[in-house]
Amino acid sequence: MFYREAGQFKSTYADDMAIFPIRQDRIALYALLAFAFVGVPLLAQFDVGMFGNDYIFKGILIPFLILALGAVGLNILTGYCGQISLGAGAFMAIGAYAAYNFSLRVPGIPLLLSILLGGGAAALVGILFGIPSLRIKGLYLAVATLAAQFFFDWLFIRVKWFTNYTPSGSVTAPELNVFGWVVSTPVEKYLFTLGVVTVLALVAKNLVRGNLGRQWMAIRDMDIAAEIMGIRPLYAKLTAFAISSFFIGIAGALWAFIHLGAWEPLAFSIDRSNQLLFMIIIGGLGSILGSFLGAGFLWILPILLDQAPRLMGVVFMIGFAGTAIALIAGLIGRDIKIWIRALLVLGLGGLMYWDYVTFFTGNVSVEVVTHLVSIITGSLICYLLIVEPHGFARLWALTKEKLRLWPFPY
Amino acid sequence: VEENMKTTLKVALAALAGGLSATPVLAQGGEQFLPSLVYRTGAYAVNGVPFANGVADYWTLINERDGGINGVKIVFEECETGYATDKGVECYERLKGKGPTGAGFFSPLSTGITFALTEKAPGDKIPLLTTGYGRSESRNGAVFPWNFIALGSYWTAADIAIQHIAKELGGADKLKGKKISLVYHDSPYGKEPIPALEARAKRDGFEFKAIAVTHPGVEQKSQWLGIRQDRPDYVLLWGWGVMNGTAIKEAAAVNYPRDKMIGVWWSGAEPDVTPAGDQSAGYKSLMLQHPAGEFGVHVALKQHVISKGKGQGKEDFAQVLYNRGLVNAMIGVEAIRTAQKKFGNKPLTGEQVRWGFENLDITEARIKEIGFEGMVRPIKMSCQDHQGGDVARVQQWDGKAWKIISDWYTADRSLVDPMVAATSAKYAEDKKITPRDCSKES
Repeated sequence: MFYREAGQFKSTYADDMAIFPIRQDRIALYALLAFAFVGVPLLAQFDVGMFGNDYIFKGILIPFLILALGAVGLNILTGYCGQISLGAGAFMAIGAYAAYNFSLRVPGIPLLLSILLGGGAAALVGILFGIPSLRIKGLYLAVATLAAQFFFDWLFIRVKWFTNYTPSGSVTAPELNVFGWVVSTPVEKYLFTLGVVTVLALVAKNLVRGNLGRQWMAIRDMDIAAEIMGIRPLYAKLTAFAISSFFIGIAGALWAFIHLGAWEPLAFSIDRSNQLLFMIIIGGLGSILGSFLGAGFLWILPILLDQAPRLMGVVFMIGFAGTAIALIAGLIGRDIKIWIRALLVLGLGGLMYWDYVTFFTGNVSVEVVTHLVSIITGSLICYLLIVEPHGFARLWALTKEKLRLWPFPY
Repeated sequence: VEENMKTTLKVALAALAGGLSATPVLAQGGEQFLPSLVYRTGAYAVNGVPFANGVADYWTLINERDGGINGVKIVFEECETGYATDKGVECYERLKGKGPTGAGFFSPLSTGITFALTEKAPGDKIPLLTTGYGRSESRNGAVFPWNFIALGSYWTAADIAIQHIAKELGGADKLKGKKISLVYHDSPYGKEPIPALEARAKRDGFEFKAIAVTHPGVEQKSQWLGIRQDRPDYVLLWGWGVMNGTAIKEAAAVNYPRDKMIGVWWSGAEPDVTPAGDQSAGYKSLMLQHPAGEFGVHVALKQHVISKGKGQGKEDFAQVLYNRGLVNAMIGVEAIRTAQKKFGNKPLTGEQVRWGFENLDITEARIKEIGFEGMVRPIKMSCQDHQGGDVARVQQWDGKAWKIISDWYTADRSLVDPMVAATSAKYAEDKKITPRDCSKES
């Protein structure tokens, strides 16, 4: 009902090839973009609610956008081309340090150019580390990309040239000057990041539905069959590595320049690689939208949970724990006995009881909150992956299907 | 199955709705908001917890005993960073605007977070109090108006460690030809002392070697095998968290004498030596002025905080890092008190608290008054000098407790000051900062 494309006819090739062929999708996207580009800055301008605060920009939106861009990059390689990579953190680091060195050593270089060159440097290294993918597959390739992670961790710590011989090895971002526009306020930083991410996401969306994307997916689904059909694995795999690394490199440069401001290699450790990989698995492998949803889930949800007890009182936390219990109980209730469900409920209840004094006075210690956040996020991830292995992107597609048939679903 | 899922969803929604309807509990009114970045979980929690407890208990003491700082109650909120820079930045953004006047000051408690916040604090006009850690060159208040590296930097620490070695050897001239190695945490924290140690090595003619240990520092076999082959006369340890205990165990495994090891003040607390048991006996470390043990302030804490069940400190009460938390919290409170003299007894903004830091003068008499006698020496900061002290002592673990084994050393400013000047000038040039003229400021 809400989502019926009846009456929308595709009368030209252009209509048929549109990124979003359904009108409702287009309207929703334009509305979202208008809100992100115009609405949010306006809300900030007039100090409306949480938008009047720097925190929503610097603590939530900017890091979310940058991580989403990184996830898009990794999704190209892992989701679309099927090459597992554990080295995303390293490519972020290459982007960050290359952009830093370009802006430091080339006088007068525009910021945007140095960030793009950072992405370019990551792309070159990506090709280099993509070469083993022509010989090895799956987990073996994952280990090869892991080598990239450790090598670049080591390189940026050890080779002092990259950090301009600072005694501590920590470097700071240059002034953010985009052709005369000095990006300094949180809203400006947000708009700059949003602009870069929107353009690149659009590029990615077009790449994956074009010739190149089809080659990647053919390689992912069955490389021998793809080769027989005339797709060159060398070309397809290396372009996937290069383009994916380019995106991740730009995300790294933004993370360093816009979000952190000063960084050391630890900011791009193996933890960052894992974080990006989890984002695309939760969000949906082989989906640009999924990269954004996954980034939102893994960056924003823990932050919300972390602040929940303080903002909403303990009840919120219990509500969330209750949700988790209900979900787990419902999940295993499919074929497992009632007493195991009871045990789980008792376990989580017991966890709360263990710290009940502070729990019910509202002064939950940060330790308990941190542990609970991990428990809740972890159980939600498990739950999601069991009921919907294709992640949020698939859930979203199913929702759209349901909306189409509503109110007569079958 | 379908039915089951529906019930599940209903229960979940009901639980969520119940949670959402609860009203927010927020602090209001004429209170001073102070943020606390802590790490009570993760690889460095053993050291993070006592420090955070000390900070919390001192602020609670001020509220319980005095009704706040000159009547202005302290409201504080902890945020868990897990020692991760990105999480620290998120916490900073979360807490900086809370309370009626925003955060009074931040203590990042990690060198990495300090570096990131150094870039953000000037824009937000919030001072950073980094007691004994952070950027060594941030002592120069003309270039770093918002950083306060109170009590000591890693460069003063490096110099004092060498002074102590010289004294044990029987004079600075005996350093010549000796071998001194540094085992360090491979991060900005661990790298900070290297330039100072290299400068002293050049001046005194000893052979200096820096040996890196990767975060978090549980794997040090090859480093200590290298030390066994090399046999340095002394080993300096710049570790944090689990790395310290591991270093001591590995030293024991290669039979390197523990009394030839000197840790920095972040490698000299109870959680660093207890994991290695008896093997730790003889290990030495610098002290960030204060020792472990109970002093005047602890009597007040027991009376007003611990006995009322409002204390965080339990078995860590009066341990080294708990006491460091107290000292850290005390310096912040005294800075606010100083600023209140100028701006009035009300909640202050970060900018006003910064004035308090720059004019901070904790005299011998004041130290006695607030119960820190025996823990710290007088601290006096100024526009130019954001460190306010150059002294430290050395302690030794006898297997059961830390014993102070030296008198006060004063860092050689003729060595450290040119380094501070050169590095901060380079920073100012890179960041296009025009240093303040301190002679023109009141």
